Amino acid sequence: MSESDTKAKPSAAFLQSRRNALRSYLGAYGFMAPAGVLVIIFFLVPVAIVLYLSVTNLASSNFTSDLARMEFIGLKNYETLLNDQFARKIFFNTIFYVLVTLSIFNVSLALVVSLLTTHIDRSAGFVFRALWILPRITSPVVYILIWKRMMAEAPFGILNQFNELLGQPTYNYVSTNPWVFVVVVNGFIGVSFGMIIFTSAIESIPKDLLNASLVDGSSRMQRIRYVILPLIRWPLLFVVTYQTLSLLTSFVEIQLLTDGGPGLYRTEVWSLTAFHRALSNYFGNAQWGYGSAFAVLLVMIGVVLAVIYMRVFRFDELVAEPRVEAL
Amino acid sequence: MEIRIDNLTKKFGDVVGVEDLTLHIDDGEFVAFLGPSGCGKTTTLLTLAGIYKPTDGLIRFGERVVNTVQPKDRNIGMVFQSYALYPHMTIFQNIAYPLKLKKTPKNVQNERVRQVANVMGIGELLDRRPGQLSGGQQQRVALGRALVKEPDVLLFDEPLSNLDARLRLTMRGEIKHLQKNLGITSIYVTHDQLEAMTMADRIAVMNRGRLQAFDAPDELYDRPKTLFVAGFVGNPPMNFLNVSVSQSNGHFLAEAETIQLPLGADRGEPPARHGGAVVMGIRPEDIQIAADGDVTGEIFVVEPLGREDLIDARVGEHSFILLADTEKQHRAGESVSLKFDMTQAQFFDPQTERSLLWHH
Ligand SMILES: Nc1ncnc2c1ncn2[C@@H]1O[C@H](COP(=O)(O)OP(=O)(O)O)[C@@H](O)[C@H]1O
Ligand SMILES: [Mg+2]
Repeated sequence: MSESDTKAKPSAAFLQSRRNALRSYLGAYGFMAPAGVLVIIFFLVPVAIVLYLSVTNLASSNFTSDLARMEFIGLKNYETLLNDQFARKIFFNTIFYVLVTLSIFNVSLALVVSLLTTHIDRSAGFVFRALWILPRITSPVVYILIWKRMMAEAPFGILNQFNELLGQPTYNYVSTNPWVFVVVVNGFIGVSFGMIIFTSAIESIPKDLLNASLVDGSSRMQRIRYVILPLIRWPLLFVVTYQTLSLLTSFVEIQLLTDGGPGLYRTEVWSLTAFHRALSNYFGNAQWGYGSAFAVLLVMIGVVLAVIYMRVFRFDELVAEPRVEAL
Repeated sequence: MEIRIDNLTKKFGDVVGVEDLTLHIDDGEFVAFLGPSGCGKTTTLLTLAGIYKPTDGLIRFGERVVNTVQPKDRNIGMVFQSYALYPHMTIFQNIAYPLKLKKTPKNVQNERVRQVANVMGIGELLDRRPGQLSGGQQQRVALGRALVKEPDVLLFDEPLSNLDARLRLTMRGEIKHLQKNLGITSIYVTHDQLEAMTMADRIAVMNRGRLQAFDAPDELYDRPKTLFVAGFVGNPPMNFLNVSVSQSNGHFLAEAETIQLPLGADRGEPPARHGGAVVMGIRPEDIQIAADGDVTGEIFVVEPLGREDLIDARVGEHSFILLADTEKQHRAGESVSLKFDMTQAQFFDPQTERSLLWHH
């Protein structure tokens, strides 16, 4: 063995450290594997299937569970969709629903509730927040039934019974103002998410900072405006982003409440259409292929929005280097 | 601004923050609140600031009772241990914040902020954010923000605790200098007695929510009225020893087992009259290692402090902390003779913990 050979040869200690590094590397993937498998089976595979279905004309009439025997029709579903006279209405319904619910309830009311409950006695604040979580943790069917019971036509609806008691005319609330109900019913569920995030953000503002503002001469309102709101900017933007995407894809409550009606597509939203087309067509003809095209477009809209939000709100500034360095 | 606190109590449910505190602070005075952690210093300060509402008692700024006055209407400046700078604002905006809230015109704001920043030596940092500043610089900004509105009262809550020792020394001097120049009535909370002793005109010593003493620093040091004050003020702390003091034909003697220490009448008479066991206190600097000592003991530990050695000497069961010249090069295990300067000895009633020498 020549001298240069011994020099080039890595020391035993170095090799050992390489082996350790490899082992911890494999360890990390090992720990991620179970979650990874779940994501693949229950997310990536279904997405791939839906993507494929959206370029077939699979429907009740030509049903097959064999992917190979489905009829490939290219982008024909998308073409039909773009020419669908109701798709436009449903698209704007969706924008309206998401924007109004998001801005009034999921963000603004959530902010108001968390600001109010952090400015009163701690335990009272806790009770109020717990109440606001109820709509979220109640099963949607039960929750919607409660609303329907309240708003039902005379003589069944609780509100209309009051109207009768007071000698007022009765209303068919859900059919006269369906959007109000769709937004309010969803909004009440939506408040809790932002509320929890905002409350924890507000409570994690150092006490000294809040006291300093008062001593510096601010009123409580000024403190909210100049100190608290700027300091919870990131949670605010996060809630806006997350809840936009979440509202875009939510349809269970609308389905149970109005099922997109009354009348033709009055409160139909995009995700509900995907469901209707693919799984619950009026005429007993489920159009899996066509419904999938709706679903795929929704995913694309979601992805585009997410990217826009990330750019506009500069979420990359939020991402810090990992604090724990593995050797 | 004169501050009068009368019978102030602040409770959080059952937890006592501060109890029955009576304290009158003169206009332009620099008062330190000194006491161990959790004794109610911050609670008192925040009650003065109007963040907490008193459970009981009266607080007056001048003639005005301020118990229910909002913090913004008290015209106080406050400096926090954590600096409490607004992280989303620049240094300029931080200092200008109190002025902005007062709706001071923009050009006046600009001028005042620059002026204060220059006094504090942070004139070049105005465009930065707090996160980009060192601890010392941040504390200057905090001080600037407290001063910019020309407050009637300045409150400090352990403002130097997070700084390194050297910076602490500089800032101590600067704050005291500023306070004297501006003549703003100031309350300075600290658990560091050196800060309290060097900066304050008077020190309020607190323990477990109660005021122990309120006196000038040298008074507290030389004539402590309670056992707590004697033990808390002074570093290294005073040595305590249970003794009995007796008198025989005009001579006083403090005794504890093998230790016998002769006393003058001025120090010996009150404990002798009290009779029975009393607590004797003697400061480390009042014990010398000398050939003609009163008692012999053995050195247990030597801690070199640089300028001098801190020595723990044992006489029988008793331990005495004292300071010795490093030149002497004392070693653990060495047998030494200790000389007590009994003209400086303190005596306390073990039950009431009050001084037998100094009354009110
Ligand atoms: N907001 C509060 N709620 C309940 N207890 C408190 C609160 N603030 C202080 N205390 C209690 O009051 C006592 C005094 O606290 P504090 O004034 O912060 O002490 P210091 O500033 O002297 O260290 C402590 O026992 C503390 O636990
Ligand atoms: Mg404190």
